[in-house]
Amino acid sequence: MVMSDPSSEAPLSGPHSMPHDTQVRATPVAAGASSQPDIKIHCAGVDAFYGEKQALFDISLDIPDRAVMAFIGPSGCGKSTFLRCINRMNDTIPGARVTGRIEIDGQDVNGKDVDPVVLRSRVGMVFQKPNPFPKSIFENVAYGPRIHGLATSKSELADMVEVALKRAGLWDEVADRLQQPGNGLSGGQQQRLVIARAIAVQPRVILMDEPCSALDPIATARIEELIDDLRRQYCIVIVTHSMAQAARVSQRTAFFHLGRLVEHGMTEEIFTNPREPRTQDYITGRYG
Amino acid sequence: MPTPLAIAALLVVSLAVYALGRRRVGRLSEGQSLHSLPGYYGLWIALWTGAPAALVLLLLMAGGPRLESALLTANPPAVVAAMPSETAQAFWSDAKALADGQSTTRIAWSPDERKVLKEKAAEAAALESRIQLGGQAAALVLVLAGFLLAWPRLAPQLRARNRVEGWIGVLLALCSAAAVLTTIGIIASLLYESLRFFHSVPPLDFLFGLDWQPQIAMREDQVAAKGAFGAVPLFVGTFLVMIIAMCVAAPVGLFCAIYLSEYAGPRTRSVIKPMLEILAGVPTVVYGFFAALTVGPALRGFFNYIGSWLVQGPFDPLGQYLMAVQNEMALTAGVVMGIMLIPYISSLSDDIINAVPQSLRDGSYAMGATRSETVKRVILPAALPGVMGAMLLAVSRAIGETMIVTMASGAQARITANPLDSVSTVTFQMVQLLTGDQEFDSPKTLAAFGLGLTLFLVTLTLNVIALQVVQRYRQAYD
Repeated sequence: MVMSDPSSEAPLSGPHSMPHDTQVRATPVAAGASSQPDIKIHCAGVDAFYGEKQALFDISLDIPDRAVMAFIGPSGCGKSTFLRCINRMNDTIPGARVTGRIEIDGQDVNGKDVDPVVLRSRVGMVFQKPNPFPKSIFENVAYGPRIHGLATSKSELADMVEVALKRAGLWDEVADRLQQPGNGLSGGQQQRLVIARAIAVQPRVILMDEPCSALDPIATARIEELIDDLRRQYCIVIVTHSMAQAARVSQRTAFFHLGRLVEHGMTEEIFTNPREPRTQDYITGRYG
Repeated sequence: MPTPLAIAALLVVSLAVYALGRRRVGRLSEGQSLHSLPGYYGLWIALWTGAPAALVLLLLMAGGPRLESALLTANPPAVVAAMPSETAQAFWSDAKALADGQSTTRIAWSPDERKVLKEKAAEAAALESRIQLGGQAAALVLVLAGFLLAWPRLAPQLRARNRVEGWIGVLLALCSAAAVLTTIGIIASLLYESLRFFHSVPPLDFLFGLDWQPQIAMREDQVAAKGAFGAVPLFVGTFLVMIIAMCVAAPVGLFCAIYLSEYAGPRTRSVIKPMLEILAGVPTVVYGFFAALTVGPALRGFFNYIGSWLVQGPFDPLGQYLMAVQNEMALTAGVVMGIMLIPYISSLSDDIINAVPQSLRDGSYAMGATRSETVKRVILPAALPGVMGAMLLAVSRAIGETMIVTMASGAQARITANPLDSVSTVTFQMVQLLTGDQEFDSPKTLAAFGLGLTLFLVTLTLNVIALQVVQRYRQAYD
C-alpha cells in the first residue's frame, strides 16, 4: 500500500467534526483507555450511497488496535455497509459509492493509488454465512498465500496452513483430513476454517460480519473464544445483532441507527450508562 | 357440408348455447345466490354441447380420407388386381383425383381400365360424401344429446366453476398427450424402418464397416452391395466437424459467459446479451450460406496463399497440397458451426456461473483476489460440472446439425483426421439419401433411418447425461 500524502490529512479535523459534538466528546473517552498510537483505523466523515439512496451519514470513528470493536444497531442501520467500506468491498457492488476518509495505519484506503486487491490482503473478512470455497480444507487456507505468493516452497505453504488452522483452533479437528472438501465440515468448523483462511495472509485487521448468526450456541461460544484469542494480535471489528455477544467479546462498542453513528465508547459504558436515549432504548430491547 | 364449415357452424352453435346458458342461469338465480359467476354456467353447457362433437369432426377430418381409401381398395376389381403394385397405386390415386375433379397422372389407361376407373371414381365420390354425412350426423346427435342432457341440470347450485375446471384439465391433458404420442410415434417409425434396414444390412457391418457407398447398392448386378453401408466414415466425419466446432465454441462461448457475468457492467450486458440472443436465432441455413460463400473462400484463400509461399521450397509437397485446398472442407463447416454454438454455450454457461453463490465471490475478493483469480480459482471450479453439462448439450447440437454441413463440408465419406479434407456427416448423408424421388424399400433409403436411429440414440444419451449434470449442479446451491 502507498502512503497517503500527509498534507491531505489537514482538512480532516475541519468541517466534518464540527456538527458532531457527542463524537468529539466521546473520542477522548476511548483514547483515555488506550494511548493514541494504538488507533488502527481512523474514519472521518464517511458517507455511503447505493445508487441514489444514502446508506451512511457522516460517520467518524476511531478503531483501536489489538482490541475488538462491536458494531450494533437494528437491521438496515448501515453497520455492515460501514464494515464493507473499510476493505472496500462495496467496490464490488454496482452503484455503490463511498466518500469521506478511512485510514488504516494512516493510509487512506480510498486513495487513488491504493490497490483494493492489496488492501483486502491486509484486511481479512469473515462473512455471515460460512463460505468455504469448493476445495479441500488445505486449499481453502492456502488460497490467500497462493494468490499473494507468500510461500516460496511447498513446505512453507504447509507450515502457513498449519499455523493459520492452529490459530483458528481448527487444527486438532482437521489435521488428519486436510485433503477433504471444506464443505464437509460442520457450520461452526466451516466458520473457523474461513477465519483460518483470512488469517493465513497475515492481515492487520479482521472484519467480521455477524460471524455467528448462522451457528448454534456451542459453535458460537467457540468462535467467541477464538475472537477473544485473536484480539491479542489483530484489530478486530465485529458486526453483531446479539447485544449479549457484543458485551461478551468486545472492548468497545459503536451503536448505529438509520445510517448514523449514534454513540460509541467503552462497551461497559455503552451497556451500563449510555448517553443517548436511542442507545438506551435499543439496548433495553424497546426496538431493533 | 365440408368438414371445416361444419366445425365453424359448431363454433357458432356453441357460442349461442353459451349466451343461452348464461341468460338462463341469470333468470333462475333471482332470489338466490349463484355458486359461480354466470359465465361459468354458459361455458359449462357450451362445452357439453360443442366439445364431443368437435372431437368427432376433428377425427373425421384426420381419418376420413384414410377410411375412404381403405373402403375403396378393399375389393379391387380383377383389372386392378392384375396390375403391379406401383401401377395399382397410380390407378387408385387417379380414381380419387377424378372424384375430386383434380388432374390425374398422365398414364394412358386402356379402355377397359378407363371404364373401371370411372366406376371407381364415382364410388370414391359416393364414399366420401357418405363418410362425411355419417360423421356430421354423429356430431349433430352429440350436440343435441349434450345440450339436452345438460340443460335441465343448469341450476344456481350447480358447481359450474369446478366443472369447467375439470374440462380445462382434460383439454390440457389432451394437448400434452398429443406431444408425447407424437414423440413416441416418431421413435416407433424410426425403430420400425431401422429394423427393416438392419434386416438387409447386419448392424455390426453398419456400425463398424469402413466403406460408405450407398449408391452402389442401387445397381443390382453389383457384388459388393453388402459392404457399402459401413457408417464409420460418417461417424468420423461427424466427430471431426464436431471437434472443430467445439474448439471454436467452447473457449469463446465460455469466455463470453465469464465476461458477461463477472466483468461486464449492467449497460454492456444489456447490449451484448440481446445481440447474442439474435445470433442464436439466426436460421442455420443462413450460417450455411455464410460458410459456403464467406468463410469457405476466405479459408481457401488463406491456405492457398500459405501454399504459394511453400511451393518450390523444402516443404514443396505441403505447399502443393495447400494450393489445392477447396472451399468445402471439415474446417469450414466446423468453424461456422462453432460460431453458431457460441451463443448457445455462452447463455447456458452464463446461467450456471450466475448460480455460483455471491458469497463465494465475496469470500475470494475479501482475500484480495483479483477478478481473474476469482474466476479461475473459485468460480470455474465451482461451476465446472454445470459448464461440462452445457458443453455436452452443445456437442449434441453439433452432431445433429444438418444445414451447415450440407452446404460446407463437402460430400466425400472418408476416414480422415485432416480438417482440410472434405468430409461427410451422418446428417448430411441422411439428407442425401432421402431427397429426390426415392423408393422406400431399398436399403439405400432405409439406411437413412439406420443413421437416424444412431444419431437419435447418441444425442439422447448426451442430452440425458448433460441435463442430469446441469440439474444436479443447480440443486447443489439451492
